[in-house]
Amino acid sequence: MVMSMMEVPNSGTVYSSEELGRSLESSSGKTFGRRARLAFYNRTFKIVCIASAVFVCLILFSILFLMGRTGILTFETVSLKTFFFSTDWVPENEQYGAFVFIFGTIALTLLTMLISVPLSLLIAIFLSEMTPAWLKNALRPVLDLLVGIPSVVYGFLGLTILIPMLRSLTGTSLGDGILAAGIVLTIMVLPTISRITDDSIVAVPKKFRDASYALGSTRFQTIVRVVIPAARSGIMYAVILGMARAIGETMAVVMVIGNTPQLADALFKPTSVLTSNIVMQIPNVPFDSTWNYALYMMGFILLLISLIMIIAVRLIQGKGVKQ
Amino acid sequence: MSAGKTTADHPFAARKSLNQFNNKLFTTVVWVVGICTVIFIIALLFLILEKGLPKLDWGFLYGEPSEIEEGGGVGPLLFNSFYVLIISLLISIPLGMASGIYLAEFAPANKFIGFIRICVEGLASVPSIIFGLFGIVLFVESLDMGLTILGAAVSLAFLNLPVLTRVTEEAIRAVPQEMKSASFALGSTHLQTIRRVLIPVALNGIITGICLVAGRAFGESAVIILTGGVTSSGVMWDFNPLSPGATLAVHLWYVQSEAIVPDAQLIAEKSAAVLVFIVLLINIVFRVPLWINSRKMR
Repeated sequence: MVMSMMEVPNSGTVYSSEELGRSLESSSGKTFGRRARLAFYNRTFKIVCIASAVFVCLILFSILFLMGRTGILTFETVSLKTFFFSTDWVPENEQYGAFVFIFGTIALTLLTMLISVPLSLLIAIFLSEMTPAWLKNALRPVLDLLVGIPSVVYGFLGLTILIPMLRSLTGTSLGDGILAAGIVLTIMVLPTISRITDDSIVAVPKKFRDASYALGSTRFQTIVRVVIPAARSGIMYAVILGMARAIGETMAVVMVIGNTPQLADALFKPTSVLTSNIVMQIPNVPFDSTWNYALYMMGFILLLISLIMIIAVRLIQGKGVKQ
Repeated sequence: MSAGKTTADHPFAARKSLNQFNNKLFTTVVWVVGICTVIFIIALLFLILEKGLPKLDWGFLYGEPSEIEEGGGVGPLLFNSFYVLIISLLISIPLGMASGIYLAEFAPANKFIGFIRICVEGLASVPSIIFGLFGIVLFVESLDMGLTILGAAVSLAFLNLPVLTRVTEEAIRAVPQEMKSASFALGSTHLQTIRRVLIPVALNGIITGICLVAGRAFGESAVIILTGGVTSSGVMWDFNPLSPGATLAVHLWYVQSEAIVPDAQLIAEKSAAVLVFIVLLINIVFRVPLWINSRKMR
């Protein structure tokens, strides 16, 4: 009974004065017990928190370890040179050249960035510098909502609307390829990049702008020469995050890229990237085969690329703090 | 002043008009892009919802999927979507919040913690398909469970864990120091301070983060295809966590690319509308009260 009185109330319930008085009384009678118990809770809670933080790290390392261990088995039968530089991916024939996919991923990401970075920079400037307040308040949540739209839905729209559109524009029967995938990816990363850029532009102190206007600059000059350079590290961060998303995106790309292992040397040519190739092939492959190992190796490459990008983000942020 | 009166003699006249022209051009371009974006976003949402929502009926939402005949529903898949989402949130919210609280409150600023932080950020940027491959190694190969709801849910939880950790950490860090000091001054322990002061104040940010994660998990498909498969058990209310775990998002891809049902296009359109509608709903239902709340507080 006494113990239950001393229970720490677990929500913001309002205690009647009588109850509170008794609880105070009983706790003041046994200060040591209460204090020890609270200290015990405190310590246990801290340990639980540390354990879960370590658990998160553990996941990363078990992923790295399992992917690496499975992937490295590829090189028992395939040479490094073949895997990275051969363009022949015919697993039925024991030919495991992943160059097509690596090249495809790089080309697709570059194309996506080429379209999306200038566009989202303009959108961010529009959002942060030019729109009236009511439009800002309406647009920002909507852009945030767009991030949440499932990638299959984008892929589906690309497949049913974009590709027929590209076909009629080019007048050929070809629509799928890295241009279609690049456009779909652009739509997907646009909200991410423009919102982070927008935030970093808003964070530029007003005095910078005032000083620039006082020197007689136009708005164009102020934005291009003062605001954007000042927000540089935030913009870089946004671009890298968008890139990471573009590299790792799977389902939207699968639906529009054509899934054929040939080199992406034209905009309208069915090709394949690392992610799409993994997801298309892995359900049909026995686990203990070189084919499977090669797919895991491709996953491992993706993993390494994304980790390298995060380290790059860290370095940029480090610089930003020093400024 | 006197030199400015005759514009022809003004030494900067040419520059000035060029600058004005640039400025006007730039303003126009930005406005055009901005307005196009607004129109595009509205058109996009309208297009998805308009194609599918009017054709929806209970038979579709509740019915069992069919492989060959026309008129199949998505009942079990929709159920799986929620089931997987709830299991994954049950795993990831406590773990993610605990580690976020640790990083924000307890962690000393040393190299080890910096390392943990890099790990969390690194994990947050790992492509979702990698979690799918990891799920295969863990559940399908090591534990020999096959493609299951449970495997899909745990893999999804791993995917969401770092995001939740970061969101919690940032939300708790944003709580004003005075509130914390006041709580300590009243003699609370650290745990009491966290429970009664920090979490309630940071709840807005944390719930926004959970919405984000829930929407992402609801629409995630790459992980589920690899760990949950592309089929469901085919009956409603199948609570067995070891049955095949395809969700609505996976079904959308499946009918569009692999299935042979004649009305695949229609099913895909309706599924897309349902998916987007639910994701929007999750965000609106949870965020509107918070938004109203923060307006009142102001």
